[in-house]
Amino acid sequence: MNLYTYASPATFYHLAGRLIPWFAWGAGVLAVWGLYVGFFVAPTDFQQGEAYRIIFIHVPAAWMSMFIYLVMAFWGAIGLAFNTRLSFMMARALAPTGAMFTFVALWTGAWWGKPMWGAWWVWDARLTSELILLFLYIGIIALWAAIDDVKRSDRAGALLTLIGAVNVPIIYFSVQWWNTLHQGATIKPSGTSMDAIMLQGMLVMAFAAWFYTIAVALVRVRGIILERERHTEWVKDLLARES
Amino acid sequence: MEWASWSDFWAMGGYGFYVWGAYGVTAACILIEVMLLKRAASDTRRRLKRMQQWEEL
Repeated sequence: MNLYTYASPATFYHLAGRLIPWFAWGAGVLAVWGLYVGFFVAPTDFQQGEAYRIIFIHVPAAWMSMFIYLVMAFWGAIGLAFNTRLSFMMARALAPTGAMFTFVALWTGAWWGKPMWGAWWVWDARLTSELILLFLYIGIIALWAAIDDVKRSDRAGALLTLIGAVNVPIIYFSVQWWNTLHQGATIKPSGTSMDAIMLQGMLVMAFAAWFYTIAVALVRVRGIILERERHTEWVKDLLARES
Repeated sequence: MEWASWSDFWAMGGYGFYVWGAYGVTAACILIEVMLLKRAASDTRRRLKRMQQWEEL
């Protein structure tokens, strides 16, 4: 048994099936814990009042929107370099959830921006580059859907993902490179300026988002594996046993 | 505990509209994704099984 065993879709299908309940339950428990801390333990912010509680979903969603994109780019690069089928499938399984988190980051940002800045939207560098991220996700999903030949579709999508990856550092550093209305990073490698309990709520919610993403992506990749391997004996056996 | 009462909790210090507007749509997005995913999973299985039955004929 080595790592390459799991690169086989048949093996991975069953492994994913065993992992899904753990990640799904983990996500649920972490979300309850994070929301409890966020709403019932964390104090009122002295500047922003209760409106700041939006950050418990806004920041994790924004992190996930960028992180999922980088993971997709990673799988795309592996797929292009080594021609491994499962890597392309993983990239596809992640994209809709990445798009969802990007939308959530933009939406929750708007609903925080309106009471705090007085505007739902401003064309500042952080917001604009995050909006471009949403368009990239949608563009990649549309490109996959537009090309019938699976191999070509996979490669074209991976290429677009890699080109678009340049946007991720632009989003991350936008608050340093330009004068933005959006505030700078609160959590840096050098430490944080945030209250410990607020930080705890945010990190727990970030882990909940991670677990959720893994669970959802594994469910999706299992569907893709079945679809693509439908002519193999193991899928035929599996479906025959179920019906 | 931060809140004197439930109505105090829902009011969110006057920001209730914004806080619940943000959380509500986030919850809806997650529910919709999970629902669509479940439906897609069962659709795929049903379709593949049907294709398999056709091939056997």
